[in-house]
Amino acid sequence: MKINDVILQTVTKIVVFIILTFGVELFLSGHNNPGGGFIGGLVLSSAFVLLYLVFDIETVRKGIPFDFKKIAAFGALLAVGTGLGSVLFGSAFLTQTASHFNLPVFGETELSTVVLFEAGVALTVVGVVVTIILSISEDV
Amino acid sequence: MNNIVVMPMVVPLLTGILLVFLRSQVKIQQLLSIFSIITTAVISVYILNLIQEDGVLRIDFGGWMPPYGISFVADSFSVLLVLTTAIVTGILLIYAFSSIGRAHENMFFYPFVFFLIAGVNGSFLTGDLFNLFVCFEVMLLSSYVLITLGGRKVQLVESIKYISINVLSSWFFLVGIAYLYGTVGTLNMAHLSVRIAEVGQGPLLTVISIIFLLVFSLKSGLLLYFWLPGSYSAPPTVVAALFGALLTKVGIYAMFRVFTLIFYHEQGVTHLLIGIMAALTMIGGSIGAIAYNDVRQIVSYNVVIAVGFILVGLAVSTEIAFQGSIYYLIHDMIIKALLFLIAGTMVYLTGTARIEQMSGLIRNYPLLGWLFFITMLSLAGIPPLSGFIGKVYVGQGAIEAGSYLLLAIAFLSSIFVLYSLLRIFMNCFWGETIINEDDDVPLKKGMLIPLVLFGILTIVLGIGAEGLAPYVTDAARTLANPEIYIDAVLNGEG
Repeated sequence: MKINDVILQTVTKIVVFIILTFGVELFLSGHNNPGGGFIGGLVLSSAFVLLYLVFDIETVRKGIPFDFKKIAAFGALLAVGTGLGSVLFGSAFLTQTASHFNLPVFGETELSTVVLFEAGVALTVVGVVVTIILSISEDV
Repeated sequence: MNNIVVMPMVVPLLTGILLVFLRSQVKIQQLLSIFSIITTAVISVYILNLIQEDGVLRIDFGGWMPPYGISFVADSFSVLLVLTTAIVTGILLIYAFSSIGRAHENMFFYPFVFFLIAGVNGSFLTGDLFNLFVCFEVMLLSSYVLITLGGRKVQLVESIKYISINVLSSWFFLVGIAYLYGTVGTLNMAHLSVRIAEVGQGPLLTVISIIFLLVFSLKSGLLLYFWLPGSYSAPPTVVAALFGALLTKVGIYAMFRVFTLIFYHEQGVTHLLIGIMAALTMIGGSIGAIAYNDVRQIVSYNVVIAVGFILVGLAVSTEIAFQGSIYYLIHDMIIKALLFLIAGTMVYLTGTARIEQMSGLIRNYPLLGWLFFITMLSLAGIPPLSGFIGKVYVGQGAIEAGSYLLLAIAFLSSIFVLYSLLRIFMNCFWGETIINEDDDVPLKKGMLIPLVLFGILTIVLGIGAEGLAPYVTDAARTLANPEIYIDAVLNGEG
């Protein structure tokens, strides 16, 4: 029997963007407010999982042709890499630094190396969560 | 600030991550793994020598000073274990190259070995109780993968037991940490020690310490070893050797650290309990080792006996006994890896694990037979092999402290070790050969070389114990005098 899921698919097409935006918002608000790479990554991956649920795996794979295991590994590499980066500058492992820049559109902005570290965390979370969900779905 | 201290954890971690990208290039994976493990070993030797000059080293992550930030602390005890881990893993990797098979290598076998090593080294080096929990989890998660990888039925059966028991003990660990944080308000180990010394280790804190004892006993197989023989005999040989050599030792290390640095005030309760548990472990392990006819079971029960023996040193808590335990810990990591490899190789060659179905192996594989003989002597503690010096010092410590019963059980257990292995030797290596020349399975060079390397290592460690002595003495001194460690963490410049 073919299930009619037009409504679900239509809603998902919009909702996915809301979730993704919220995920990025959570990711960026970290450091000083509740949020950060881990939570942001979880929300982002929930958007991907929703896509996989509503459309089938093959369709989504065509649209997002990434190996999520490699994304997880890349995220971990980025996180450890920023930790090691501080060693190159002669500070303790995992030292983070921040300073203020005058950017054309944003005006006075604080840029921090924590963002890179958190981006690594977020990518790892996305990669791992999606890999887990996909592995479970393959078993059935 | 000594960034070098964090490298024994970061190098394996980074290697593991890089190996994920190299999934299909098995040759490059192998080269990179060997290169990285050698690097780790060299770094550990460097740190070890640095400690002899500068004392206990520390690195504060992100420049956050203790007790607020997380620190890695390297003293001789932890770095000796880190170094042994690197050497043992390196040799085991050589064995894995020729034995583990393409299917494992394509399914991220090497990355997970390195994540395991990162967790093990992190546990040895961390100076923060919660970080210890995290490193334990890194190690355990990798071990879950390694034990199930391959997916044979027996592996899945045993991994369910293994995972549930470890999840349970991790939960207890977390509860213990929460209680401790609620009571004294810090998690830095040195700071914990200071605060507990200030308020005195009352009944409440002693109860909390017993929760930690429970957790580490489950992890190291002290008395609570019921899960161990099954789990360690299920996975492929090289994984079993990795587990037998490293995993229980991390639990033992944590127990030494916690009960010499933090909870050392109520020795009448905690250390007595450890002594009783160690004695029961040795008795139970000895019974297990002679009760089974399955090579892998016998070998696994030998792990249990060694755990009991090493913790005799902690139970009597004298500096000499600590030295003995450290020597024996290093010896045991090497010799258990060798023992597991030989047992696995025997199963590979004969296709059976039952000792009554093997016979006369020494005619077909003389070198394997003699290596087993050396292993047996070394485990029994015959000089000049590596088991001897540890047993002498543990015995001397027990006599100093007047724990004659513990001493008697410890040395009786050595006889049982000898007997259990002698049974394997006589059944499997002596007698008429059952393998005729036609279906003689050739012993691959890649399997024999690691065995020989381990064999050489146990002889060198026995004869060259003198060269190791300054490091072990320093390690035991730091264990016996916690203020050295505390001073380096809380007062030393970062």
